[in-house]
Amino acid sequence: MGYPQKPHPKETVVLSKHFGDAEARSYKGWVKRGGYAALEQALALEPTKIIDVVKESGLRGRGGAGFPTGLKWSFMPKEKKRPHYLCVNADESEPGTFKDREIMRWTPHALLEGTAIAAHAIQAEVAYIYIRGEFTEPLTVMEKALVEANAAGVFGQIKIHLHRGAGAYICGEETALMNSIEGKRGNPRIKPPFPAAAGLFGMPTTINNVETLAAVPHILKNGAAWYKGLSLSSPKSTGTKLFSVCGHVQQPGNFEVTMGFPLKDLLYDLCGGMRPGRTLKACIPGGSSVPILNREETESCLLDYEGVVEKGSMLGSGGVIVLDDSADMVYQIMRLARFYAHESCAQCTQCREGTAWTTKILERILAGQGKAADLDLLLDLSENMTGKTICVLSDSCAAPVVSGIKKFKNEFEAYITGKKLPVIAA
Amino acid sequence: MSVGGGAHPTLQAGAEEYEPVFAGKTLERLNETLARYPTKQAALLPALWLVQQARGWISDRNMAEVAEVVGLTPAYVKGVVTFYTMYHQHPVGRHFVQVCTTSPCNLCGAEGVMHAFLQATGAQEPGATSPDGKWTVIEVECLGACGFATPVLIDDDFIESVTPDKVPELVKRYK
Repeated sequence: MGYPQKPHPKETVVLSKHFGDAEARSYKGWVKRGGYAALEQALALEPTKIIDVVKESGLRGRGGAGFPTGLKWSFMPKEKKRPHYLCVNADESEPGTFKDREIMRWTPHALLEGTAIAAHAIQAEVAYIYIRGEFTEPLTVMEKALVEANAAGVFGQIKIHLHRGAGAYICGEETALMNSIEGKRGNPRIKPPFPAAAGLFGMPTTINNVETLAAVPHILKNGAAWYKGLSLSSPKSTGTKLFSVCGHVQQPGNFEVTMGFPLKDLLYDLCGGMRPGRTLKACIPGGSSVPILNREETESCLLDYEGVVEKGSMLGSGGVIVLDDSADMVYQIMRLARFYAHESCAQCTQCREGTAWTTKILERILAGQGKAADLDLLLDLSENMTGKTICVLSDSCAAPVVSGIKKFKNEFEAYITGKKLPVIAA
Repeated sequence: MSVGGGAHPTLQAGAEEYEPVFAGKTLERLNETLARYPTKQAALLPALWLVQQARGWISDRNMAEVAEVVGLTPAYVKGVVTFYTMYHQHPVGRHFVQVCTTSPCNLCGAEGVMHAFLQATGAQEPGATSPDGKWTVIEVECLGACGFATPVLIDDDFIESVTPDKVPELVKRYK
């Protein structure tokens, strides 16, 4: 729990090397550990050169979608006619994910350095780091680091500002995040236009996740070939990734491994396996928005973008939720549906109504009032919630429901037939 | 006291008792914030945080004052305030407790932690304030520290790995 903790021999520590090292939080400490050398190097380079290196490294977005970072940067206009902006997504709110929090708590300068490099690469003069409102400690640490770095004048012409969110999961969606910075409700925008054409304040904008940007200085320092070499399986997934593991394991926490690492080893070696006398039942490998894996799928899954898709789920943000044989799948899926119902921005009917009704039907089943047709009704609802809305919050609610009913149908049926007693009041 | 200069009608009605939030140090901080953005409106979320830090919650009158300083209507500001869950639209207890009960924490016993807080603080039910005005306890969705279940926010203190047995001791630490 927490830090300092010794890395497991199977970990490859790049981003997490200084987690738990309080001295690394200060500007002086960071410079002593080789920090800001990559930024100095970057500021002397043409922006396109930096984009080429990042493209070549194979780095993909660590926030969930896995979009190639260098390619995303290359969408920004080459010839700058209007202000360009960089937004940093530090609105980490995906249930099961808590990696960006540790990056900001322990290595705030890694994020600031990566932010400044990215801003230079996309020719942005201003970068906003959007930190979720609940992250009081990371915000304080980042504020202090920013003051120190500004005093040292390391950012050149680039201005970095922190912007505190105020409690809305949906603001982690890139266009909702931009609206939130603009002082609006955090409603996602219809795309196109894409942010690189018209983003924050209507100007060309790039949005990157905290972990993605924290990796950038390492890539510049060590070269694209080094980063590409950090891959165990698919050449399309390179580098290291922080996996946040929570739920029913002996040793939850953040673990950094190379892409393609076996999920089984992550759970049984790095996390110490299940609690005594318990066995693995299911795993949600990429934050709560991805389909649930059963035990067989989990134990044969390789952790990279392609490997998890092969098992029928997604790598997402790398938030691994582990459920052992004591878990009530119906209850946990209801709890996730309730989360999405609470967090829906309510713009799209399919999402507003769909997340609310999914929750109500699941609650009804858990209260012993489920009907035989409810499972078909849930699947029908989920189909209408998938691929039909402005953003993917609605799809995210449907994913655990559909995969849950498919893989753990007997647990739903036990409540409906009365074999299992109700666990919530009607 | 009047807010001054072209105040909105809602401010003028009964303006005699209203003490503006944006004065002195808070006004200085607002002006620093405004300088970070190309539009005034972008300072809305930070301005609302300043109000909540100064007053503990955000009243309709406060929203009208914020509207004035960032060039929006009070109705627009209210629309934004109601979107974000962390802005209090009502007074809350002296200490505000947020217990995460989303799935990962739920798996690790968060409902027991919630129950323990309601008991130890005397707040009785989620969202209610204890009779002594000291505590308000709510259930919240994912606090983003799932590996350290159950995380709890007491005011601005983020506390990891809370279990029901630790709650009474924790509650005693707050005056």
